[in-house]
Amino acid sequence: MVTTTPSSPPDKKRSQPNAFLKMLAKIPWTWVITFVYLTFLLILPIVAMLTKAASEPFDSFWKTATSPLALSSYEITFVTAFAAAAINGVFGTLIAWVIVRYNFFGKRFLEAVVDLPFALPTAVAGLTLATIYSDKGWIGSLFAPAGIKIAFSRIGVWLAMMFISLPFIVRTVQPVLTELEREIEEAAWSLGATKFQTFTQVILPPLTPSILTGVALGFSRAVGEYGSTVIIASNTPFKDLITPVLIFQRLEQYDYVGATVIGSVMLAISFVSLLAINLLQAWSKRYG
Amino acid sequence: MANLKNFLNNSVDDLPQSSSEQTKILAKKSFVPAILITISFIYVGLILLLPAANVFVTAFSKGFGPILEAVKRPDFQNAIKLTVALAVISLPLNTIFGLSAAWAIARNKFPGKAFLLSVIDLPFSISPVVAGLMIVLLYGRLGWFGSWLEANDIKVVFAFPGMLIATIFVSMPFIAREVIPVLDEMGTDQEEAARTLGANDWQIFWKVVVPNIRWGLLYGLVLTNARAMGEFGAVSVVSGNIANKTQSLPLFVEESYKQYETEVAYSAAVLLALLAVVTLVLKEILERKTHNANSRK
Repeated sequence: MVTTTPSSPPDKKRSQPNAFLKMLAKIPWTWVITFVYLTFLLILPIVAMLTKAASEPFDSFWKTATSPLALSSYEITFVTAFAAAAINGVFGTLIAWVIVRYNFFGKRFLEAVVDLPFALPTAVAGLTLATIYSDKGWIGSLFAPAGIKIAFSRIGVWLAMMFISLPFIVRTVQPVLTELEREIEEAAWSLGATKFQTFTQVILPPLTPSILTGVALGFSRAVGEYGSTVIIASNTPFKDLITPVLIFQRLEQYDYVGATVIGSVMLAISFVSLLAINLLQAWSKRYG
Repeated sequence: MANLKNFLNNSVDDLPQSSSEQTKILAKKSFVPAILITISFIYVGLILLLPAANVFVTAFSKGFGPILEAVKRPDFQNAIKLTVALAVISLPLNTIFGLSAAWAIARNKFPGKAFLLSVIDLPFSISPVVAGLMIVLLYGRLGWFGSWLEANDIKVVFAFPGMLIATIFVSMPFIAREVIPVLDEMGTDQEEAARTLGANDWQIFWKVVVPNIRWGLLYGLVLTNARAMGEFGAVSVVSGNIANKTQSLPLFVEESYKQYETEVAYSAAVLLALLAVVTLVLKEILERKTHNANSRK
C-alpha cells in the first residue's frame, strides 16, 4: 500500500492538471486536507526511505543490517526494552487496579503523576535520570559502594525505558478494568473461590489482551526512544549502544546508506508492532 | 481509610456467611488494598516522581541566581524563541489536519477505516530518529527534493523548516485521536437538526460541532503542544544542533549537559519541567471535563 500511493499524485498533477483538479474539486475538503497532509508529511518520507533502502543491492543491505555492531545494538535495544515493558506490565496493571478499585488519599495525584512521561520532554528525563543514578546521585550513590554502575550503563538505559513506557500500560489497562463487571467476581467469591483464584481465573483472563496491548505499546515506544536513553547511556559499542543512537551516529558520519538500512530495519519492526497492537486490540474488543 | 472501610463493608454485605467467618475474611482482606496502594506509590515514586523532583531540587539548589544568570545567555534565549516558534506554527497546522481527519473518519463509513486510523497513528510507533532520518532523506542535499531546494536556495535540513517538519511529524496524531471519540459519542442528531433549520456547513461547524468537541480538542492541543515543545530525537537529527541557530530548548539541555554546564542544563530543564507540570494540570482538568460532558448524555 505504501509504495503505490504517493508516487502517483505528483505525476498526475504534471500530466493532466485539469482532470486532476476537477477530481479534487468533487472531494470534500476535509478529505483533501487529510490526504494531502498525510501524503506529504507521513507517506512521502516513509517511501523516500524505503526507496533509498531498496536501491541498495540485497547483499550489501544484508551485510550492513547484520553487521556485528548492528546485531549487538538490536539485542541491547530489544531485550532491554522488553525487560522494561514486561516489568511495567506487572506494576502498571497493579497501578491501574489500585486507581480503578480503591479510593485513597492522593489518588488524583497518583493518576496525574502516571502521565508525567507523556508531558516531560525526554531530554529532561534523560538529564535527571543520569544525575540521580550517577555515582554521586540520590540513588546511584547507594549502589556505587557495591560496585554497581547504573548511569552510563545498560541498567541506566533500562531505567530510562521503564520511565517512558509506564503510562502506556496503565492507560491501556485502566479503561478495560473500569468496564469489568464486578458481579462476576462477587459470584466467584460467593461460590467459594479464594481471592487468588478469583484474580487468576475471573479477573485476569479478560484483562490479558489489554495488558499485552499496553506492554506492546510501551515496548514499541521504548525501542524507538532516543532522547532520554542517549543521555543516560555511555553509548559504548557492544555495551549500551542502542539502535536509534547507532542510526544517529551513522548520520553524523554522513553514512546515509548505513543509517537508511538500519533505519529500515527499525521501521519494519515499527510496522510489525503496530500490526501486533491492532490484532491485540481486536482481541481485547471481543471480550467487551 | 474511610473508603477502605466502605470497600470492606460492601464486600461483606454480599457474602451470606456466619459472623465468625465474616470477621475472618475481614481480617484477611483488610491488608491487601493497603499493601497494593503502598506498592503503587513506591513504584511511581521511584520511577517517575523522584526524577521529576530532582529537576526542581537541583535547579533551585543555589536559589534563583544561576537560573536568572543562564536566562541572560543569548543561546538560551534563542532556544526559547525557537521552541515557542516551533509550537506556535505546528499547533494550528496540526489542528486543521486533526479536525479534518477526525471529521472525515468519524462522519463517514468506508472500507479501510481501521487502516486509515492506524496510518494516522504511525508517527507514534516510528522512532523519532527514524522520522528525522526520513526527513533528511527527502529534503537533504542528496534527497528527492534536495536539488530543487538547492536551486531555489531554500534550506530545509539543518534549518528551521526541517525542524518544523520533524515537529509536525511527531505531534501529528494527537488531535485526531482525541476528537474522533468525542465526535462518535456526540452523534449526528444535532448537526442534522441544524441543517434542516437552514444552517450551512460553516455555521454547523462553529455553532454545533465546536461547542461539543471543545474539551476533547483542547486536550489534544495540550498534548500536541507538550510534544512539539519537548521533541528531541527527530528535531536533533534534522537540526544539526547549531547553537544560536537551530538549537531548540531540549537540544540546548543536552548540549549544555555534554559541555559540563550542568547548571545551565538544569535551568533550561526546569523551564521544560514547568511546562510538563502545567500540561499535567490542564490534562487533569480537561479529562474531567470531557468525562463529565460524556457522562451527562
